[in-house]
Amino acid sequence: MAAATLPGPTKLRWGELDEDDGGDDFDFLLPPRVVEGPDENGVKRTVEYRFDDEGNKVKVTTTTRVRKLARARLSKRALERRAWPKFGDAVREDVGARLTMVSTEEIVLERPRAPGSKQEETSMTGDALAAAGKAGAVLMVCRTCGRKGDHWTSKCPYKDLAPQTDNLPPPELGPSAPGTGKSTYVPPGMRGGGGDRTGTEMRRRNDENSVRVTNLSEDTREPDLLELFRTFGPVSRVYVAVDQKTGVSRGFGFVNFVHKEDAERAINKLNGYGYDNLILRVEWATPRPN
Amino acid sequence: MRPILMKGHERPLTFLRYNREGDLLFSCAKDHTPTVWFADNGERLGTYRGHNGAVWCCDVSRDSTRLITGSADQTVKLWDVQTGAQLYSFNFDSPARAVEFSVGDKLAVITTDPFMGNPSTIQVKQIAKDSSQQTSESVLTIKGPQGRINRAVWGPLNKTIISGGEDAVLRIWDSETGKLLKEADQESGHQKTITSLSKSADGSHFLTGSLDKTAKLWDARTLTLLKTYASERPVNAVAISPLLDHVVIGGGQEASHVTTTDRRAGKFEAKFFHKILQEEIGGVKGHFGPINSLAFNPDGRSFSSGGEDGYVRLHHFDPDYFNIKM
Repeated sequence: MAAATLPGPTKLRWGELDEDDGGDDFDFLLPPRVVEGPDENGVKRTVEYRFDDEGNKVKVTTTTRVRKLARARLSKRALERRAWPKFGDAVREDVGARLTMVSTEEIVLERPRAPGSKQEETSMTGDALAAAGKAGAVLMVCRTCGRKGDHWTSKCPYKDLAPQTDNLPPPELGPSAPGTGKSTYVPPGMRGGGGDRTGTEMRRRNDENSVRVTNLSEDTREPDLLELFRTFGPVSRVYVAVDQKTGVSRGFGFVNFVHKEDAERAINKLNGYGYDNLILRVEWATPRPN
Repeated sequence: MRPILMKGHERPLTFLRYNREGDLLFSCAKDHTPTVWFADNGERLGTYRGHNGAVWCCDVSRDSTRLITGSADQTVKLWDVQTGAQLYSFNFDSPARAVEFSVGDKLAVITTDPFMGNPSTIQVKQIAKDSSQQTSESVLTIKGPQGRINRAVWGPLNKTIISGGEDAVLRIWDSETGKLLKEADQESGHQKTITSLSKSADGSHFLTGSLDKTAKLWDARTLTLLKTYASERPVNAVAISPLLDHVVIGGGQEASHVTTTDRRAGKFEAKFFHKILQEEIGGVKGHFGPINSLAFNPDGRSFSSGGEDGYVRLHHFDPDYFNIKM
């Protein structure tokens, strides 16, 4: 551009310079403007020289990126159509009629998982997972035999072998408490061995060695949490709070460990641990007030 | 990307169609005027005035001179694309639901709804080159399927007609005799109303969307089920990318439930799936009503969606869309 024309006519010998010009116009002394690129990334570099206010020579390098916004690859017919006059309701359209506008919001293609991460088992193809999703997405762990993902506690085939239920005969087979007929209701505390399965104990199962995990990312599901906490020891329950309306995680959950020491180690290790761009907060869960 | 919003319709959108070169976008809505837009900047080129009911479907001829629209006012109209003049009007005794030109634009398939005791039909009309010689006789009339036939399209080489509708069964008909050739397998097929059907660019396979919250990919000749894409909401609209191995499905909860639930629960997003891996690639949000129609630009570099909210949103993909790795 300008660089090409500069060297020719304006190249004067310094001896021929008129001293009276003062410091006003020495631009022709400057090296010509150099434009490099644009290279394959569209980066264009322009090097210019000028004098600043104090008369110092300054080199100015401007780097710009050139980007083709629209791929103009219209066919001849499409170009013809471009010139078609408006018709129908569009005729009366003045420029002020804002039928078409560009969204003020930047819309991105929201990816369900971070690019590059490997696919998890949440692809929802298996029936078991789909069923688990319907049942409030509780991870399927049998409390009787400890098998994971195979069956629910109530459907356990090893129910009869499990030690906890040994002294609990099925209600139909015999009188569960002295003096009660078959049709009368027996509170759970009075059944079988009486005090060995009280309501408090049942609740404690949920409260025991319970660890509260907060500041979870929205995408964290129970399997992810299990994956994270399994390394510290056997886990009896994983729960992630889910918004009832939207099905989106509310950002906290609970993990119950079988052993207290494991829970302690998990808290020590994972509190402040970075998980999915967020810093986890892991602490003992406070028991429910009631 | 910053989508272009086009608010030319006062009622929910029903259908979107690009012409072959991808420079024009035709939109149909429940208001009575189909509209044509420039597909690059979203400027309105014109409207086609004359219908007296919701317009359900349209198709444009390969040379972009003729438009055919099917409407609930029991007519199917032929239009001159350039001037918006009505060339011909086919009259039916029930609302028209789906229309499509055949390859070569010599025939058009039209479906009509069950109405006032008339069963639903699939009809084939001859389209005259010169619209002054156009006749209204049907070359072929197929009756049989129960309920509305929401989509009927031409199969490969115009030899067949593929239809799907409220009875959730996809059928392939012989386009000359009207004989039923194939019926989709009941078990692997859709369980609820088929709402949309979209062919691939080469016509070898097609995608159907259904209220059973899935979209399914089928072979157009053998009607074998190729892929299934699961969504969380009823699927109203589907489209296949002509450029990449992507499909996009749109939908959302039923319009009647929108006001009763949380805004975020609607899931009014266009979801992208990998066509072969059936894996979700991502979602494009923006509509505040269910998505009723989706269309890919034939160059695959942009797509548009029409929603129950009355907006057409025209999305030009960002460059990184084309580098998505699975």
